[in-house]
Amino acid sequence: MTNKLLKGALGFAAVSAVALAGGIAHAKDTITIAVPSFLTGGAAGPFGIPAMNGAKMVTDAINAGKLPAPYNTKGFGGATASVIPLDEGGGATKQVAEYRNLVEKRNVDAIVGYISSGNCQALAPVAEELKQFTIFATCGTPRIFEEAARKYVFRTMGHATADNVAAAMYVKEKFPDMKGYTGINQNYAWGQDSWRDFDLTLQQIMPNTKASDKTQFPKIFAGQYGSEISAMSLDKADLIHTSFWGGDLEAFIFQGNARGLFKKKIGVFTVGGTAAYRLGKKLPNGLVLGARGPYGILVKDRPSALNQWFINTYKDIYGIYPSGPAYQYGQAILAAKIAYDKAGSDASNEQLANALRGITFESFSTTVEMTLGGGHQAATENGYGITEYDSENGENVVKDVKFYPASCVLPPEGQNSVDWIKGGMKGAKC
Amino acid sequence: MFNDRTAKFLLLAALVICVGGAFAPNWIVNQFMFGFSRALAILGLMVLWRTGLVSFGHAFYFGLGAYAVAILDSKLGVSDVFLRLLAGAVVAGVAGFLIGFIMRNYRDIFFAMLNTAISMVLFGIVVKTESLGSTDGFAISASTIFGLAPETKYPLFVIITLVGLTAALAVNFYLKTTFGKLTTAIRDNEIRVEYLGFSVAHAIHLKYTISTILAGGAGALMAMSLGQVDPESMINWTVSGELVFVTILSGPGNVIAPFIGSLVFEVLRTYAFELAPQAWQLIMGATFLTIIFFLPGGIWSLIEKLGGKKNEK
Amino acid sequence: MEAALTILLDGLQFSSYLFIVSAGLTIIFGVMKILNVAHGSFYAWGAYTAAFFIGKFSDMGLPDALGFLIIVAAAIVVGVILGFIIEQGILKHMYERDEVLIVLATFGLFLVLEDIILIAFGTDPYFAYQPMALLDSVELGGITRDVYGMTLIGVAAVVAVGCWWLLNKTKWGTLLKAVIFDREMGISMGINVPLVYTLTFIGGAILGGLGGAYIAPTISVAPGLGTEVIVLSFAVVVVGGMGSIAGAAIGSLIIGILRAIAVHELPQVELFVVFAVMAIVLVFRPEGLFAPAKPRKI
Repeated sequence: MTNKLLKGALGFAAVSAVALAGGIAHAKDTITIAVPSFLTGGAAGPFGIPAMNGAKMVTDAINAGKLPAPYNTKGFGGATASVIPLDEGGGATKQVAEYRNLVEKRNVDAIVGYISSGNCQALAPVAEELKQFTIFATCGTPRIFEEAARKYVFRTMGHATADNVAAAMYVKEKFPDMKGYTGINQNYAWGQDSWRDFDLTLQQIMPNTKASDKTQFPKIFAGQYGSEISAMSLDKADLIHTSFWGGDLEAFIFQGNARGLFKKKIGVFTVGGTAAYRLGKKLPNGLVLGARGPYGILVKDRPSALNQWFINTYKDIYGIYPSGPAYQYGQAILAAKIAYDKAGSDASNEQLANALRGITFESFSTTVEMTLGGGHQAATENGYGITEYDSENGENVVKDVKFYPASCVLPPEGQNSVDWIKGGMKGAKC
Repeated sequence: MFNDRTAKFLLLAALVICVGGAFAPNWIVNQFMFGFSRALAILGLMVLWRTGLVSFGHAFYFGLGAYAVAILDSKLGVSDVFLRLLAGAVVAGVAGFLIGFIMRNYRDIFFAMLNTAISMVLFGIVVKTESLGSTDGFAISASTIFGLAPETKYPLFVIITLVGLTAALAVNFYLKTTFGKLTTAIRDNEIRVEYLGFSVAHAIHLKYTISTILAGGAGALMAMSLGQVDPESMINWTVSGELVFVTILSGPGNVIAPFIGSLVFEVLRTYAFELAPQAWQLIMGATFLTIIFFLPGGIWSLIEKLGGKKNEK
Repeated sequence: MEAALTILLDGLQFSSYLFIVSAGLTIIFGVMKILNVAHGSFYAWGAYTAAFFIGKFSDMGLPDALGFLIIVAAAIVVGVILGFIIEQGILKHMYERDEVLIVLATFGLFLVLEDIILIAFGTDPYFAYQPMALLDSVELGGITRDVYGMTLIGVAAVVAVGCWWLLNKTKWGTLLKAVIFDREMGISMGINVPLVYTLTFIGGAILGGLGGAYIAPTISVAPGLGTEVIVLSFAVVVVGGMGSIAGAAIGSLIIGILRAIAVHELPQVELFVVFAVMAIVLVFRPEGLFAPAKPRKI
């Protein structure tokens, strides 16, 4: 009996000791940045992997001091960063447990990433509880900074409201005769918010159009949309809105294309950008394509040194043009560098947060203003274009690209997106 | 005798763990909280397993417990740790008692699968209902203890350990009662048990209900320790699979086993995930197969062997 | 009228897909009493193998019509190789153990096979649209349908008739039925039960693989696609009755058509309806609509 007990107690002590040893602070010529992204599951190939590639490429360039000016100083506040890649799959609850491990067991310095809105929404309160400097790279739901004030959590790109308000405005401009619209969105925060914002905005700016009463909300990663496509084909609506992304997006495009769906209806794809480079000729012409902001194919022609560096370096390393997620993760890593450069490599979480709060910086493809959510939520322009296959060069291009400034598609600081749209988008400067 | 030793060990172990937890780093405290929360459900599954019943759908009750906490939190603002635990256990227990009327007539694989089916119904409902959080689930506010909001996780950790201790002692006691002892008898020969004048259906119904109360409590504690619930991690069939996995890993030998097995599972998963983010499922699956093949008595049988296999059995 | 035709076709198409996958699951269960969770992996492996080779052959400039051959070949190769390895390597050594333990072993296998797919094929999705593009599309009921999707109904019919013929019109079927009814009796009558098991498992695996291989051209073949399928086919066999081919057919039809109605008329309940059917059947007829008689164990 006592023997067993002793063994148990010893075991516990040993485990504790090992853990304590791991917790001793290390010298700050290196920092670790955890980068969560989808590495498994249907979202990995089209979304998670490019995102991770973007993060790694930018981190490597920063470590080597090879980014174009003004970011050509070496390292993060001088420190070399190592990236810990992490799988974002498995649901919000698993991510919460993993996040705690990252902070309390693996003692990472910064956490930069996350694609799924569900994960971000679950992790924001945890990050605050653990007082961990965290930059959300891609996830879209506006609720994160509208539900509560955050101190340690940032998001360096615009949220779903911008995507969908801009989409509605673009539709009004290019398809003024549109009579009715329907949608297919995934049944979680991202899909629900996207549809809500798009629908509410159209109610405001095109009051004569009508939303279908049979909008589709299939489960995320469902993969087969045969019946949904039939239902939408029969629907009188002449426009289909979707915020599908990753594998679901590509499956939907394939299945819809084979059924002639996009010949009869206008397709509005708020996250369609990732498919443009991947699908090549299989991407239908005439889709309204967004990339969740000024990223990927929409900004391929922007001549700034930063953007050309990003495109060329990415193409050299990975053999394909960078899509939205690559830009978005690169941008978040860049924000981390700016925070470290300002606050120093041994800065505390508070100091890093103070360094990033409310700043404006020039990113690879656009200007990022951390003006919303108390300086924690970025505002950027947002744009759309229409797809066309360029058979001469054998690649997809977008034409009629139009960008809307941040002040046009995002609510002013302190206002809730839904209320702002419902109130007629007061104060929007377009 | 054997059972007294078990009780003594449990008490002492709980004491050591509670004291040790005060000095342990947070991540270890977390591992213990997750492990012991889950262990409660495993304890219930163990009771069923000793009767020869394996449920491949106890995520239903686990999820009910977790969602009871989530709904209480988000709709009514209830944050008291005991109210939450009670709600989780009661909701799951009532559901388990009612469903038990159907379940008690089933055995073997049909029993396993009817449970899966029912859990998938709940999964389908939750995933599709926006007011139930759909795929996102809910974040759960920090638990309070009699109106006090603790600064650290330590008080919750102590409570979970003590709840685990109480449950283990209670199940240990139950297994010693006549009704409890029917477990193995039922597995071996149901008709003989009936001839002895016991109702097999009643015995199984009771065990089933016990297991659902424990699973509900486990879900509630897990929700509180994690601070988040979502259908994928709480109700989906893979969660039921995980619960059974830990049950097999632990072994049916003793009420201590679920606690050790759950801890091993947490640590294994943490490291598998850390070392091989793209192949952690493979590591878990391979471990599972290895246990089934080479260690049918689970970790507990290993402990018995190492402990020199005392006079028990 | 147009809507009704569309719903019917959508429903039949989805039912057919469900049936092909669930038929394998239910056959394995009927004969071997194994609920094979790894069945979802057969599906995924079938889809990956087909998509991989359809893409490769197309890149090599071979005619796209070969795609149909590849689909069948992929199903057979996956079924024979995986089925044989799993049955001989793992399940064979477990027949004396508890049935439920075997289910758990297949769950472990499922986890392992899922990640081996990742290692073998990578995380990038595969597209194998060539066979679908080859068959073009038609106008039917006021909307465009792809012919490929509708051939699925024919494939399901062939599978159903094939199974029926095999079970009821061949010597093999008689042997199978004997083993299904009573394994020990089968052995004492001189039936080579181990061989029957191996072949049944391989046959079921081929059907699982066929489901995946045939659906591959219409989807983006990406990691994780086995997890959803196993749950759906599980619902089908529970509704129809475990171990019954007719049950799997009826279960597929009920679920497929109800789901199509839901998507068209009340999209919010689409996922729920599948499991609601399952729940109702469970409450009123827990053994399923077509469960084979089960001798009471003494």
